Amino acid sequence: MHFVVCVKQVPDTTEVRVDPVTKTLVREGVPSIINPYDAHAVEEAVRLKERYGGKVTAISMGPPQAEEVLRRALAIGADRAILLTDRTFAGSDTLATSYILAQAIRRLDREEPVTLVLCGKQAIDGDTGQVGPGIATRLGFTPLTYVLAVEEIDIEAGEIKVQRKLEDARQVVCGKLPALLTVVKEINELRYAALPDLVRAARTRPERWTAADLEVDPGRTGLKGSPTSVRRIFAPPQRPGGEMIPGGTEDPARAASLLVDKLLKTKLIADL
Amino acid sequence: MLKFEVVIVGAGPAGLAAAYTLAKAGVEVAVFERGDHPGAKNLMGGVLYRQPTEEVLPGFYREAPLERPVVEQRLWILTEDDALTLGYRSRAFAGEPYNAFTVFRSRFDRWFGQKVVEAGALLITETVVEDLLWENGRVVGVRTGRPQGDVRAEAVILAEGVNSLLTQKAGLKKGGLQTHELAVAVKEVLALPKEKIEDRFGLEEGQGCTIELLGEATLGMMGVGFIYTNKDTLSVGVGVLLSHLVRRRLNPNDVLEHLKNHPSVRKFLAGAQPKEYLAHLIPEGGFRSIPKLYGPGLLVAGDAAMLVNGIHREGSNLALISGKLAAETLLEVRTRGGYHEKNLSRYREKLEKSFVLQDLRKYQNTSLFFNENPQFFTLYPRLLSLAAREFLTVDSVPKREKQRKIWQIITSHRSRWKLAQDLFRLWRVLG
Ligand SMILES: Cc1cc2nc3c(=O)[nH]c(=O)nc-3n(C[C@H](O)[C@H](O)[C@H](O)COP(=O)(O)OP(=O)(O)OC[C@H]3O[C@@H](n4cnc5c(N)ncnc54)[C@H](O)[C@@H]3O)c2cc1C
Repeated sequence: MHFVVCVKQVPDTTEVRVDPVTKTLVREGVPSIINPYDAHAVEEAVRLKERYGGKVTAISMGPPQAEEVLRRALAIGADRAILLTDRTFAGSDTLATSYILAQAIRRLDREEPVTLVLCGKQAIDGDTGQVGPGIATRLGFTPLTYVLAVEEIDIEAGEIKVQRKLEDARQVVCGKLPALLTVVKEINELRYAALPDLVRAARTRPERWTAADLEVDPGRTGLKGSPTSVRRIFAPPQRPGGEMIPGGTEDPARAASLLVDKLLKTKLIADL
Repeated sequence: MLKFEVVIVGAGPAGLAAAYTLAKAGVEVAVFERGDHPGAKNLMGGVLYRQPTEEVLPGFYREAPLERPVVEQRLWILTEDDALTLGYRSRAFAGEPYNAFTVFRSRFDRWFGQKVVEAGALLITETVVEDLLWENGRVVGVRTGRPQGDVRAEAVILAEGVNSLLTQKAGLKKGGLQTHELAVAVKEVLALPKEKIEDRFGLEEGQGCTIELLGEATLGMMGVGFIYTNKDTLSVGVGVLLSHLVRRRLNPNDVLEHLKNHPSVRKFLAGAQPKEYLAHLIPEGGFRSIPKLYGPGLLVAGDAAMLVNGIHREGSNLALISGKLAAETLLEVRTRGGYHEKNLSRYREKLEKSFVLQDLRKYQNTSLFFNENPQFFTLYPRLLSLAAREFLTVDSVPKREKQRKIWQIITSHRSRWKLAQDLFRLWRVLG
């Protein structure tokens, strides 16, 4: 089986601040990490390989520095890592990104048929959750989102059975292969990689594929291929603090009537 | 089993400088770091000195992530109500080649780590070295905490920082670390807009300054408070000798709060938003606390070797240079019979010849001296400010009489004989 995992390099949002003056995100000097959900996607792919045999290929679209997250994927146990990088890819929105990733998966599929594509449920910087389903649609793969567990892959029947995480329930679904999963964190625990794997990852330079290698239509990548434009990013307004009504212990009756007066004014309750 | 020629424990300035030097010379070297990137665990104040850094990384300041070049250093001696201030500012420090920069080590070390990897070293993070591997009385590698984690090496450099567990385990630091050899430093990073920083500290755009605070700043304990200007944050902290904190039963955090609320300090920090809070140890034992610096197949560099000059707030530069000299020792002896103990003793000789051990030797009695003479952190700051206040108060008293009065105040607190003795001794340990 051939498992392909899409990983993204994201700013460590625990370190991102909002500039108090311009109200935009301060990204300068903020370290990059592997999108946490994607790390679980890699882990799941490696576990499936260990269960069913096969091969794991990790791909990432991004600037040259995104190599780091591919090394991370290699350390978890991916067999091969490819960076999709080209100046013309810069500024791609979810539409263009899913197009580029889908082109790369097409090429991989020609080399060795792809059984399953795994993505994180969303990236923590954009939080759209659109790229995974976008790839599935372009490739005609079965999209299975918010996957919490892979119960079974039946290669003979060409089927996969997974559990999906719903608001307050789990849903068991069967889908046709090839499929694309987007996974949630609860799907697995990240392993503590063995030292030889870490050393191999640190020594490997991921392959690089450019626009030419992917046969992409330049009108559909980068800024040109991206109809989305971000108007404004802002920190949500702070919720106003609550109001304390004093004197509850000394004179509860008075405090209670004060409270009632306030509530009446807000029209939350009515005096009938 | 994995095998490298040299393994380095710790990716701080000492370990990275050693790795960089070795990798550039074509040695197969691996660095193990417990944090998830180099510098992740570091909170240095921090002032990074240009010249020693260039000894390892020529021209680093053109691309490294730095905060502000330090154009002015100030010293404030505090009592409860007053501050006596002293400073030096130079335009020469504002441009190339610069003297020092404020930095965030977590950013700088990370960048340095990339340079080390580009030079050809292997940097393995999130991996703790738990033990040294020994065979026939010599070190032959390390054991990491990972599955299949043993690694063979012909030589190991311990650059593990102040909490030098492996150095102690290897028997190089007899008796372990003592409370009078360590200072506890706590530091807060406070966010403040660029313009406000430049306004309040009287700086031109992009320039920086440092303030060191003595006396009441540490509640009279041996130590120092500091305020450093970064791009859009301030680093504010105190470092106090651990034995003094224990004696006074104080929490370093309370000392920092006390400093932040001092009338002369408060207004510089007003409105700044706390971003992070960190605590760390600093080896302050000086020359006398330096462990044995080498063993069979083993060298120790940086804070692990207690190479910090507390009087001058220098640590990172001693770490960088000791790491570099450790690497150069290995390069020399690898072609001359190998990494046995006798050959490695050249490392000590190299350090003796450099400023590292010369400076530490010069100040070898200071820790002990200040530990036994707390008046330098308690009485003298008070006397100095009393004298200054008296002298500067305009009240129609003739100046000669004022001088007499000042002298009277001073001698009523400390006899002439003791004063002379203190001055003489201070001169002896610092001069
Ligand atoms: C608050 C504060 C302010 C300071 N200000 C200044 C200043 O302004 N200027 C200055 O020059 N110096 C300053 N110093 C001192 C300076 O930070 C140190 O001297 C310097 O960092 C020492 O470098 P090092 O490489 O020896 O150790 P470190 O920087 O401590 O690096 C050691 C590294 O080893 C890793 N490590 C430890 N054990 C293991 C293990 N078993 N396995 C794997 N990894 C391990 C640690 O995670 C760490 O990254 C300051 C220190 C403090 C605490």
